Amino acid sequence: MNEMQFLTWVRGTGLNIAVGIFLLGVLWRLIEIYSLGRKKDLSAPRQVAGASGWNTMFRRSLPPKDMGMVKRSPVSYIGGYTFHIGLAIIVFLFAPHIKTIQGLTGLSWPGLPSQFVDLVAVVTIAAMVVVLVDRINKPVKRYLSTFEDWFTWLVTFLPVLTGWLAVRHLLLPYTTMLAIHILTVEILLVVLPFTKLFHAFTLWGSRYYNGAVNGHKGVAV
Amino acid sequence: MQGPLIDTLARQGVTRRTFFKYCATLASLMALPPSAGRAMAEAMAAAPAAAKRPSVIWLPFQECTGCTESITRSHSPTIEGLIFDAISLDYQETLMAAAGHQAEEALHKAMKDNEGKYLLVVDGSVPLGLDGAYSCIAGKSNLEALKEVAKGAAAIVAMGSCAAFGGIPKAKPNPTNAVSVSDVIKDKPIINIPGCPPIPVVMTGVLAHFLTFGSLPEMDKLGRPKAFYGETIHDRCYRRPFYDQGKFAKTFDDEGARKGWCLFELGCKGPVTYNACATVKWNGGTSWPVESGHGCLGCSEPDFWDGGGFYKALSMPANPLKMASAAVAAGAVAGVAVSFANRAKKSAAKAGHETTTLADLEK
Repeated sequence: MNEMQFLTWVRGTGLNIAVGIFLLGVLWRLIEIYSLGRKKDLSAPRQVAGASGWNTMFRRSLPPKDMGMVKRSPVSYIGGYTFHIGLAIIVFLFAPHIKTIQGLTGLSWPGLPSQFVDLVAVVTIAAMVVVLVDRINKPVKRYLSTFEDWFTWLVTFLPVLTGWLAVRHLLLPYTTMLAIHILTVEILLVVLPFTKLFHAFTLWGSRYYNGAVNGHKGVAV
Repeated sequence: MQGPLIDTLARQGVTRRTFFKYCATLASLMALPPSAGRAMAEAMAAAPAAAKRPSVIWLPFQECTGCTESITRSHSPTIEGLIFDAISLDYQETLMAAAGHQAEEALHKAMKDNEGKYLLVVDGSVPLGLDGAYSCIAGKSNLEALKEVAKGAAAIVAMGSCAAFGGIPKAKPNPTNAVSVSDVIKDKPIINIPGCPPIPVVMTGVLAHFLTFGSLPEMDKLGRPKAFYGETIHDRCYRRPFYDQGKFAKTFDDEGARKGWCLFELGCKGPVTYNACATVKWNGGTSWPVESGHGCLGCSEPDFWDGGGFYKALSMPANPLKMASAAVAAGAVAGVAVSFANRAKKSAAKAGHETTTLADLEK
């Protein structure tokens, strides 16, 4: 298999398999999680649970008033936000990626200049390395980390790194690097529904749930 | 041709100075040291009487003659065509006056007289299916002819994507089981000059190198001369700044297309195609595909025909997703099944729950 055949495979058969597993996994997990159900809380709600839920969904995305977590764990907080926003910009606002999404779903929107996305990629890579080093350096974080934590960091990091290397024509010929980049994205797609990376889908639901439960108990957060 | 090449050129109105300039350009195109231009000029200009000119045998296999058309027409009557005067093209079906037995005779005479010294140029792929019956010349399959002629060749030039990589005949489902020259011949130096068709100056550059130094120029891992296939179309494209700015033509007749924006979204394969079109251009430097408003097809890369569609952006899926709806259905079924299993487990746990009484605690 030469690099062109490799590229065609990852753009064809490989993508087909990866998207298939991704969709299967997402549907499976979402249905499973939301059908688990909870025992009905029979106590009278102290506050409107639903409103608290919606509030929490947005409140949790803002820094706390006393800047508690920002001060206590600045690397996790700032680094985490940086690479999440970076990932969103790279994935959804880089023209070739929009083209990919258009090819898959038919939806498209304007992108950002490549050089800006390039800068965002560098910042994202740096932020991801920093949070990894922090995880290694802090004994508690290291103790709490399992294989899944290291693994999911890697499968998230590789597409960013290989994509950036491909655009910059570094290390390997562009064709090969592009094919490797697409392959790493496919690995990410396959892994995502079955690991903690599924928070991309469950994040808002969980926040709503936490807010609603707390609101019901009278602790609107 | 009578007398040295330089005299022939002079008769055709090409001055010595123009010829030297051409050789210097060729040398610099091939990233050779400046002295190489002079060496080339001397080697070619001095190419004397017919008997001493290097013999070149050109075999056509499964091809469309586009490569020959490209090389003979695009530069005629410019200086590149005259490079052919420095060689003795002893067998070329399209160009030679002879036909039938005479042509075969010329071929065998050239092979015999120049044993071990002639340059073999091949255009077209070699069909292996049905014992090679898909393409025969003078009762011989292409496979037989190639093996026979390659035996006494000093080197082989695989001209065009078909000879270099199998090309269009090899496109899926490859009915003739077409292969490239390098798939058949393993014991000779082979240089690939892919392209559909290849750029004429690349051909003459390689010939000039062979004539001057008696060897093939430096090659990449696909056997292509690095001087011409060292960089991608995308890297040298004059529309590249628009790619960097994120300005893309969305259709062939929109504002972006008129302004000359990047053709990536219209399926340009420039980023993965190694060739010299963007710098050397075509038709005597007049234009090239991207300049005329169409994306690169990637014709100098292996299997470009099966690369997932000429009008699909490189980052788009090569084929429509086949498993998506089945996967969604399977995922939903799996989800529902697991939910039922979970609920059953929950009910079982509830049913199996034993109430602890005070009496139990006092036991």
